[in-house]
Amino acid sequence: MRITCPLCGERDRREFYYVGDAVALERPDPDAGDVVWDDYVHNRDNPAGVTRDLWYHESGCAAWVVITRNTVTHEILSTELASKVKEAQS
Amino acid sequence: MADLIAKSPCAGLLPVTHGTTSLSEVEMTTLTSVAPYKGQETGLSDALKAAHGMALPDINRATGKEGARAVWFGQGQVMLIGPSPASSLADHAAVTDQSDAWALVRLEGEAAEDVLARLVPVDLRRAQFKRGHTVRSQLQHMMVSITRTGDNAFLIMAFRSMAKTLVHDLETAMRGVAARGSA
Repeated sequence: MRITCPLCGERDRREFYYVGDAVALERPDPDAGDVVWDDYVHNRDNPAGVTRDLWYHESGCAAWVVITRNTVTHEILSTELASKVKEAQS
Repeated sequence: MADLIAKSPCAGLLPVTHGTTSLSEVEMTTLTSVAPYKGQETGLSDALKAAHGMALPDINRATGKEGARAVWFGQGQVMLIGPSPASSLADHAAVTDQSDAWALVRLEGEAAEDVLARLVPVDLRRAQFKRGHTVRSQLQHMMVSITRTGDNAFLIMAFRSMAKTLVHDLETAMRGVAARGSA
């Protein structure tokens, strides 16, 4: 599997560490309530298809990367810097 | 006060030669991590040029020359190799001394590319990876910085604590390439 790091270019998957669902970038407001927080902390979908998750370019440039990929075809659809995604949200 | 003797990371291990490839330790020098503050890249580049004669390197690139080099070292980070950092750099970046933290070795020879091809999951052949290009990647399972410093020469940096492993892995690959002879 090859992953294109937005900084380093196309690299082997072994350089990256899987961190989890990219929902971590959408932290709810502290006063959002128990239901929202419970959902944010514990509930994850496990789709056969397109997912969006965070990877860490551990032995490369040390950037956090949001990777959109297909769990069925193993296709990597897009990669972007988590810092850019976060900036775009604010 | 005790008179301390500095011991280099690869003391007693290098230099070695196998076939046409040689591996030697780069003499211990000043290493400084320079991490530009947000939006300060241009100011830092100007300060670097004025103080040390090289621009801030782009991503995956190195600037300067032997004795005074700036190597891109990851997201938002550059390693200054050689000069004592000018105080002007601190106006634009977080400046941290790293002098004793890294082992620096030089891999040289016509087959140096073949040696690295056995260890690093990145294409480092000259057509792709020219002088002044640099990567952060793995050498076996170890995170390293690799910079092409000449047609057949590479600067490889690893954590000082991994110096012995670095030398062992490189030497094993050098022996393997040497055993195949010149194709």
